[in-house]
Amino acid sequence: MKNEWPLWEIFIRGQHGMSHRHVGSLHAPDAEMAIKNARDVYTRRNEGVSIWVVEARHIAATAPGDKGPLFEPSESKVYRHPTFFDIPEEVGHM
Amino acid sequence: MYAQMIKTASNGVKSRDEMSPEERAFQDKIDNDIKIEPRDWMPDDYRKTLIRQIGQHAHSEVVGQLPEGNWITRAPTLERKMILLAKVQDEAGHGLYLYSAAETLGVTRDDMVEMLHAGRMKYSSIFNYPTLNWADIGAVGWLVDGAAIVNQVALQRTSYGPYSRAMIRICKEESFHARQGYHAIMKMAFGTPEQKRQAQDAVNRLWFPAIMMFGPNDSDSTHSEQSMAWKIKVKSNDELRQQFVDQTVPQIEYLGLDLPDPGIKWNQERGHYDFSDPDWSEFFNVIKGNGPCNVDRMNARVKAWEDGQWVRDGLMEHARKKAARKVAAE
Amino acid sequence: MAADTEKLLQFLLRTGDNTLVLSHRVSEWCGHSPILEEDIALANTALDLIGQAQMWLGYAAQVQGDGKSADDLAFLRDAWDFRNVLLCELPNGDFGRTLLRQFLFDAYQSVLMGRLIKSSDETVAGIAAKASKEVAYHVERSADTVVGLGDGTAESHKRMQVALDYLWPYVGEMFESDAVDTAMAEAGIAPDPASLRADFDALVGRVLAEATLTRPDSPFTHKGGRTGRMHTEHLGHMLANMQWLQRAYPGCEW
Ligand SMILES: [Fe+2]
Ligand SMILES: [Fe+2]
Ligand SMILES: [Fe+2]
Repeated sequence: MKNEWPLWEIFIRGQHGMSHRHVGSLHAPDAEMAIKNARDVYTRRNEGVSIWVVEARHIAATAPGDKGPLFEPSESKVYRHPTFFDIPEEVGHM
Repeated sequence: MYAQMIKTASNGVKSRDEMSPEERAFQDKIDNDIKIEPRDWMPDDYRKTLIRQIGQHAHSEVVGQLPEGNWITRAPTLERKMILLAKVQDEAGHGLYLYSAAETLGVTRDDMVEMLHAGRMKYSSIFNYPTLNWADIGAVGWLVDGAAIVNQVALQRTSYGPYSRAMIRICKEESFHARQGYHAIMKMAFGTPEQKRQAQDAVNRLWFPAIMMFGPNDSDSTHSEQSMAWKIKVKSNDELRQQFVDQTVPQIEYLGLDLPDPGIKWNQERGHYDFSDPDWSEFFNVIKGNGPCNVDRMNARVKAWEDGQWVRDGLMEHARKKAARKVAAE
Repeated sequence: MAADTEKLLQFLLRTGDNTLVLSHRVSEWCGHSPILEEDIALANTALDLIGQAQMWLGYAAQVQGDGKSADDLAFLRDAWDFRNVLLCELPNGDFGRTLLRQFLFDAYQSVLMGRLIKSSDETVAGIAAKASKEVAYHVERSADTVVGLGDGTAESHKRMQVALDYLWPYVGEMFESDAVDTAMAEAGIAPDPASLRADFDALVGRVLAEATLTRPDSPFTHKGGRTGRMHTEHLGHMLANMQWLQRAYPGCEW
């Protein structure tokens, strides 16, 4: 009988208030066990304070062909990046 | 290495002219160090080769739990027991990360496990050697994980995104493995004469198997040009082996142990250590299933898997019942 | 050694040996579990238990006051000096039995640690505070697994009931009281074990019901571990493994 536990994607928020970040995957029979497994597998070195789990088949993603239209426009918006701006040293750290 | 003798699924490297436009775009990305991601177009042979390589790497981590696991219940202090258990647990984690990376290529973990158990997938030759005394635990962490690290550090730059990310995560954990191993064998080498004897015995037994981990000499290693072109193999077997020998010989000397190979000698001209070739007939025998522990290792894995079937099924069935009850209640 | 010091030592050995011996059993699974996720989780449990054993036995060694260490107590005592309950030294059996034993012990520990954090002995209270966080997770995880397997397939249900029938006669020993316990209770160091039973029964009753398992009603209890009067044959074999290096090569640094 094919009875493999579903695959879950694991997202963890670390100590420092950053957003949840994808850390990897694992198998679990349901969401509750996925969270527990994630705690045991992905926070062995104090990596996290909050865990999200999503069953892999529920993740919607951009199609690879979208790479151009979806992301290229932002590549040209260099002004969004702080290093774009030359700030005179005299004004101090910004 | 953990992935040895991977047969590349390909009929030789194609020249640019022979490539289809898709293949050319794919190769351009690799040449420009742009990672290939799961949903990107990729040649079938690239996918197949990666499944073999990552799968074999994953199997090696999991089978690799067994030789060290052999000493968990006999660790000589509470602290050593914790360190060893945490280390072997990490290896289970490495297996898990790598299976996950392979799963992004459209194969399931269960499929890979079944192929391993049916003898259709392999794992590293090194784990078919026994751990016979406590110093082996030090030697395995230091030499075997040390050799693996040399390879894995290179593989962090591999072209397939999920594999590369798994390698980065694994490398962070591996340095603990090598260091705890060296620390353990230091205690033995600098301990009583009996302890030192165990340390020497471990190094003598594990040296050649460790340098065999990198696979056959480049001159005898088939199919590696395509894997190099695809950047799923980043350095050659001999390059990696030399790097390992160069870093390890001074560490053996520091321990005050005899070198396990009389052929080890500093070569001023090359700027590297010379060393003897291992007995490659032994290597091929181990790969074929005739190593000292092949049968035991496979039996242990198959037993764990089969004995665990009712547990996996039971917990899955409970999850289904729970979901159904929830739907019924709504 | 003053009489009350001797009693404190006995209490610490009992608490420490429980975790030491059980950690050893759980660590035997490493590399052999039904699935990687469970292998990793069991190793975490074993690691927590060894850590707790180090703390309890470290304090025991200090109370004993003859310059010994937690390691000396773990590796150089013979079976008759061990004070763990028999439940902890029983062989693992299948995964179901291991997890059910884990749950029964976790349930006991969670009630006990909840009381010990208020111990009049600061060291005891401190160790309990650290351990209780780990125990809270252990009991949640093992309870979930017991429920999942009890209420899973027909086969998993049957195996869990067999495991429960096998283990139940070893539960009562955790709640036995003797002069050591009376002294600990009077000094406010530790509760009388009998006083933990109601909370334990409530917790275990809830989980077993959810797991659709039937608690055996025989009140019979095996005992002899926590007093050291009579261990099972299994402990000696465990120690033969655990202590072998220290015994074969005495006085070494590792
Ligand atoms: Fe590893
Ligand atoms: Fe490894
Ligand atoms: Fe490792």
